Amino acid sequence: MTTSKANNPLGPGYDGVAGSEMRFRDIFRDTLQAELRRDEDVFLMGEDISGGFDKDTKEPLDAWGGPFAATKGLVQEFGVERIRDTPISEAGFVGAAVGAALTGMRPVVDLMYFDFVTVAFDQLLSNAAKSRYMFGGQTKVPLTLFARSGAGTGHAAQHSESFYSMLAHIPGLKVVVPSDPYSVKGLLAAAIRDDDPVFLVNDKKLINLTGFVPDEEYIIELGKGRYTRRGTDVTLVGMSYTSVVCQKAAEQLAEIGIDAEVIDMMSLSPFDEDILIESVAKTNNVVIVDEDTPRASMASEFAAVIADKAFDHLDAPVKRVTAPHSPVPYNSGLEHAFMPQPADVVGTVKNLLGRD
Amino acid sequence: MDISKEKLEWIYTTMYRIRRFEETMLEQTLKGNSMGVAHTSDGQEAPPTGICAHLTDKDWIGSTHRGHGHCISKGLETDKMMAEVFGKATGQCGGKGGSMHISDFSKGMLGANGIVGASIPLAVGAALTAKLKGIENESVGVSFFGDGASSQGVLHESMNLASVWKLPVIFACENNGYAEATPSWYAVSAEDISARAEGYGIPGVVVDGMDVFAVYDAAGEAIARARSGEGPTFLEMKTYRYHGHFHADDTSKYRKPEEEEYYKKLDAIKHFERTVSKQKLMTEKKLKSIRDSIEQEMLDAVEFALNSPMPDISTLYDDVYVNYSNPIEGLR
Repeated sequence: MTTSKANNPLGPGYDGVAGSEMRFRDIFRDTLQAELRRDEDVFLMGEDISGGFDKDTKEPLDAWGGPFAATKGLVQEFGVERIRDTPISEAGFVGAAVGAALTGMRPVVDLMYFDFVTVAFDQLLSNAAKSRYMFGGQTKVPLTLFARSGAGTGHAAQHSESFYSMLAHIPGLKVVVPSDPYSVKGLLAAAIRDDDPVFLVNDKKLINLTGFVPDEEYIIELGKGRYTRRGTDVTLVGMSYTSVVCQKAAEQLAEIGIDAEVIDMMSLSPFDEDILIESVAKTNNVVIVDEDTPRASMASEFAAVIADKAFDHLDAPVKRVTAPHSPVPYNSGLEHAFMPQPADVVGTVKNLLGRD
Repeated sequence: MDISKEKLEWIYTTMYRIRRFEETMLEQTLKGNSMGVAHTSDGQEAPPTGICAHLTDKDWIGSTHRGHGHCISKGLETDKMMAEVFGKATGQCGGKGGSMHISDFSKGMLGANGIVGASIPLAVGAALTAKLKGIENESVGVSFFGDGASSQGVLHESMNLASVWKLPVIFACENNGYAEATPSWYAVSAEDISARAEGYGIPGVVVDGMDVFAVYDAAGEAIARARSGEGPTFLEMKTYRYHGHFHADDTSKYRKPEEEEYYKKLDAIKHFERTVSKQKLMTEKKLKSIRDSIEQEMLDAVEFALNSPMPDISTLYDDVYVNYSNPIEGLR
């Protein structure tokens, strides 16, 4: 037990609240557990979310406890009906989850790696996202999905994508991207309680990071960003792990006398237009940092909104720091170069402000 | 015959309603009163009727692009269906869905679906809800699909899921011999699609899909199995689509007239009439009074649809989400 620091990233109102330093993965599991206890219509599906069964007794072994042990221990408390291991058939079980959501349940689906979205894409796009609209508002789809994104762990081209822009493009879906233990607790609870389909994209690089988490129950309103650092010279916009990258870049910029403000978007659909405009109106310069590839990306979308709605406040063009327009490479040197690094952000800011 | 008088009347009413809805809707579409694409299911009346005769509003069905017969069998009202095809505000989906997305969740109808095979796991999910809530005995999931969908991967994933989880699902394959214009002898690798179900540990049954009594009996067994927790059954009902794949499709380009004549001799409604008259189960007078009432219902449905208002343009932005904090309107 500890209390939050005075200058904490949680924002006003959280000074001195009770809480503790926790790993991202632990608060993720604890939040799932709390939601499973809170609402008996919530259940979990996915590949190896407990993992393994005893051949004689048919009892679950919880050998994996989910990819990255995200759901370890839940099957003991909630049983195999509600912690439901699936065959490897993403289209089938995501479709079944949509059907369950349409008929009164609140399924939560672990899709393991974000890249596997494409295997289930028709069910997400044609059924989960469109049912409410095409049926004239007769129904709702209270479905939550989550999966791990991001390069940096040697998982190569098919286990490392950050294509959350692809989901944010789809009317009917909501997309959230936690960046630390505090935000994943509030966003995961909000997603599960939301009546629309919500996809939580969780960068692998966050899983073992620690951070302050208040003890109290809370949700983070979908569509809201937050300031994780206040500054006056330039706005750095991060999402998912690039919010961590922006923090590191801001610390390096401070050393050379540049006072950066950092926004953590937290939600990509809907997203917080106001916070972008408000910050740019103050700093007059903005760099958007995104590990997704650059074409038709969230970085491009945020840049378009700023250009449209904060044009008069800009002292310089909107800059983006992104992954290249390429698949994710395996080799660690190539992979490092693929991902936006704090040094890339620092370099872009220095160019932008003419501080070379 | 072990069917009540009321059930027999319901079956005849339902089949005749499907037949006349499709014919009327096609006629109206060709007149330009519909707003888009429509797929007819006349000829295929027996499968949905024989199956839904065993269901209540608590049971769920998933449907296809050729979904009018499923809707009618599940109790949807033909005036609201016709209005939906006409794109009107009074339509089943307020004019947002059209023929391919007619649905009624209050009647256990999960929606017609425009992606071939896409509704199959939805019915599995509905059955999963029943299992999780412990109400399998009163809520099964029926997935209607055709021979075309039998080649989609999601059917196979759904069969495997339903089998390993022992869910109360009926896989109701309406094999009408054609996926769009492609014959099933070309596109389906098995003589009987139902044989594939056996590979997933699911009983596969071939049923004469032009004989509503055969469908009724087979479905009765399958649904009883599902309700008693014994898991899924696959019914392959061999049937025939009288019209083209969609309203403007000319079947003479890919089907022989002899084939069409052959199936018209097997017509499901005529077969029903012959059977009930031979067994003195219903009088011609009763049959005619049902037909007459349906004829009037179709006139009323068309009039209702024609006279209904268009949806207000502001509804364009409604119901994308339950709630959403960004604007839905397009940029201008």
